[in-house]
Amino acid sequence: MPKTLYDKLWEEHHITTLESSESLLYIDRQYLHEVTSPQAFEGLTKKGLTPWRLNANIATPDHNVPTERGKSFQTENILDEISKIQVVELDKNCNKFGIKQFDITSVNQGIVHVIGPELGYTLPGMTIVCGDSHTSTHGAFGCLAMGIGTSEVEHVLATQTLKVSKLKNMNVRFNGNPQSGVTSKDIVLYLIGKIGTAGGNGHAIEFSGSYIESISMEARMTICNMSIEAGAKVGLIAPDATTIEYVKNHSQLSEEEFDSACIHWSKLISDTEAVFDKEIEIDVSLIKPQVTWGTSPEMVIDFDEDIPDLNNIEAENKRNIELAKQYMGIEENQKLTDLKFDKVFIGSCTNSRIEDLREVAKAVDGKSVSDTIVEAIVVPGSGLVKEQAESEGLDIIFQKAGFIWRDPGCSMCLGMNPDQLKPYERCASTSNRNFEGRQGNLGRTHLMSPLMAALTAVNGRVVDPS
Amino acid sequence: MKIEGNELIISGVVASIDRDNIDTDQIIPTEYLKSIKKYGFEDYLFDGWRYLDDGKLGVLKGDRQQNPDFILNKVPFDKATILLTRDNFGCGSSREHAVWALRDFGIKAVIASSFGDIFYNNCFKNGVLPIRLSKDQIDNLFKAFDKEFTELTVSLDSKKISQNETELYSFEVEDNLLERIIYGLDDVDMTLKFKEKIMSFEQIRKKEKPWIFSNE
Ligand code: SF4
Repeated sequence: MPKTLYDKLWEEHHITTLESSESLLYIDRQYLHEVTSPQAFEGLTKKGLTPWRLNANIATPDHNVPTERGKSFQTENILDEISKIQVVELDKNCNKFGIKQFDITSVNQGIVHVIGPELGYTLPGMTIVCGDSHTSTHGAFGCLAMGIGTSEVEHVLATQTLKVSKLKNMNVRFNGNPQSGVTSKDIVLYLIGKIGTAGGNGHAIEFSGSYIESISMEARMTICNMSIEAGAKVGLIAPDATTIEYVKNHSQLSEEEFDSACIHWSKLISDTEAVFDKEIEIDVSLIKPQVTWGTSPEMVIDFDEDIPDLNNIEAENKRNIELAKQYMGIEENQKLTDLKFDKVFIGSCTNSRIEDLREVAKAVDGKSVSDTIVEAIVVPGSGLVKEQAESEGLDIIFQKAGFIWRDPGCSMCLGMNPDQLKPYERCASTSNRNFEGRQGNLGRTHLMSPLMAALTAVNGRVVDPS
Repeated sequence: MKIEGNELIISGVVASIDRDNIDTDQIIPTEYLKSIKKYGFEDYLFDGWRYLDDGKLGVLKGDRQQNPDFILNKVPFDKATILLTRDNFGCGSSREHAVWALRDFGIKAVIASSFGDIFYNNCFKNGVLPIRLSKDQIDNLFKAFDKEFTELTVSLDSKKISQNETELYSFEVEDNLLERIIYGLDDVDMTLKFKEKIMSFEQIRKKEKPWIFSNE
């Protein structure tokens, strides 16, 4: 029977079917960070267990590390006592169990989904888990990668397996060439707008089509990253020459290992006859730059389109839209291009890779951040991205334009560290969630591409990027 | 949860929140994820709606300015054991803290028309029962809520929701998931029974795909 890529990955890792009709899957890699691991380590200790396979695990602190650290910063220098406890706890647990950690002083520290691929720990065909829903990012490499809860983090530490039920298959085909000013972020936001935040529930989404084939690994990661916002905990792209090239440059595999791995990786594609439970075809040439206006990623429109008018919507949606408009401080007849922004955040596991930073630098080179913007920050996804950007002089371009250049971490994506919005501040953000309070209590988040965020910084408003 | 006769029953006050897409950041804001504990999240549940002031980990309900209009601040809903809501409840992040906050508050069942995938799964690991009903059934419950009832009874045995002995709806949930709630089963212990199988699977994998293990 013809199989999808997801079916193949599933079978390759399938150990046994349990009485409960769930399956036990073998887990190749687990990433750990400070927020969702302490209780898992505690559980492990209570049961008197140790990690099943130590080197399957890679840890780094990212969610609540401060991003103004400078040189010679140590964990003790974290001012927020409560944040510090988590970072210290991760240090302690990694030392106690012998897990490899890139700690706050390491040049390799960064957002877990940025460092995994860039350090070559993410390899095609792996099963990858992390106590973080954006683990779907690693699906860009043809991995079966998914976010799990803390109990499951403990389960994977203890048994190297995960108990799961098989998902359904969904295929999203993106064909065509995008218009100028349209990036992979716009394309995934557009999809979420079309199918909704529950559109992919219960499915693994495979992204394919000529557009996907044409884009870089960074752009593919942005798309797989946001499959969770489309409701799917798994997003996938079949490995191809672009993938192999990236892995070659980033992994530590010996030539021999790499060559035999390549033979296997080339088989990781959906069979031409494979049947998907759901299929969607999107012509990307019709997509305009996307910006969210509301409090859910599905509340997204073309940057110059009208925000839904309460008088013209079906009763069923009215209440959600009304609440979102209220929260976002949007008046009737106001357009996105009318809104005045206060802050700009360039960063997060969606858009903090070198390619994103280059794009922003290109857009702001020789320009300055608008007087009406109180703060515009660029937060690289990892120490290596930071180094690379600095070696290209991007930090100078940002600073000259009036941006603040920071140290790596999740930062204002979720505001667990000092980087937060104040109540009612409006933020142009390259992150992935615009939920109420996500970037700070009563803060107002508009999701968009790095290019659009850069232009918003310069103009104080959303403008046409083409 | 109490055992009445031979049936497993969740019964008590229902709190309703008439919204779609309530995400994990709304269930518990990121500020509170800084805890390294697994319990004690009850005062932070729906923090952004429940209080008028900004909260911080460690600052408890008594020292906060409560929003008198929010349902969980009103008697008898401050003792709710069942939550009624709309579509896609618990979408967003994978954090189990969202379920811990519900559990610690005393919520034992959440009734919605659909749930976020990861959240749904996390519920069963923490003794919270997510119940899916159709959109129409949810609509009917909302219409009747407060006027006709404020309490419901859920039978885990017969998978039925009733009000004052009158059966309203039956629901579907996989037995193996339900058993986890009923018996409080621990997944790690259960899986370690397959230790040998996992080990031999791992050995074969090491031989066939050595690159996966190459950073050892
Ligand atoms: S950058 Fe944001 S979405 Fe990504 S892992 Fe960090 S907090 Fe989560």
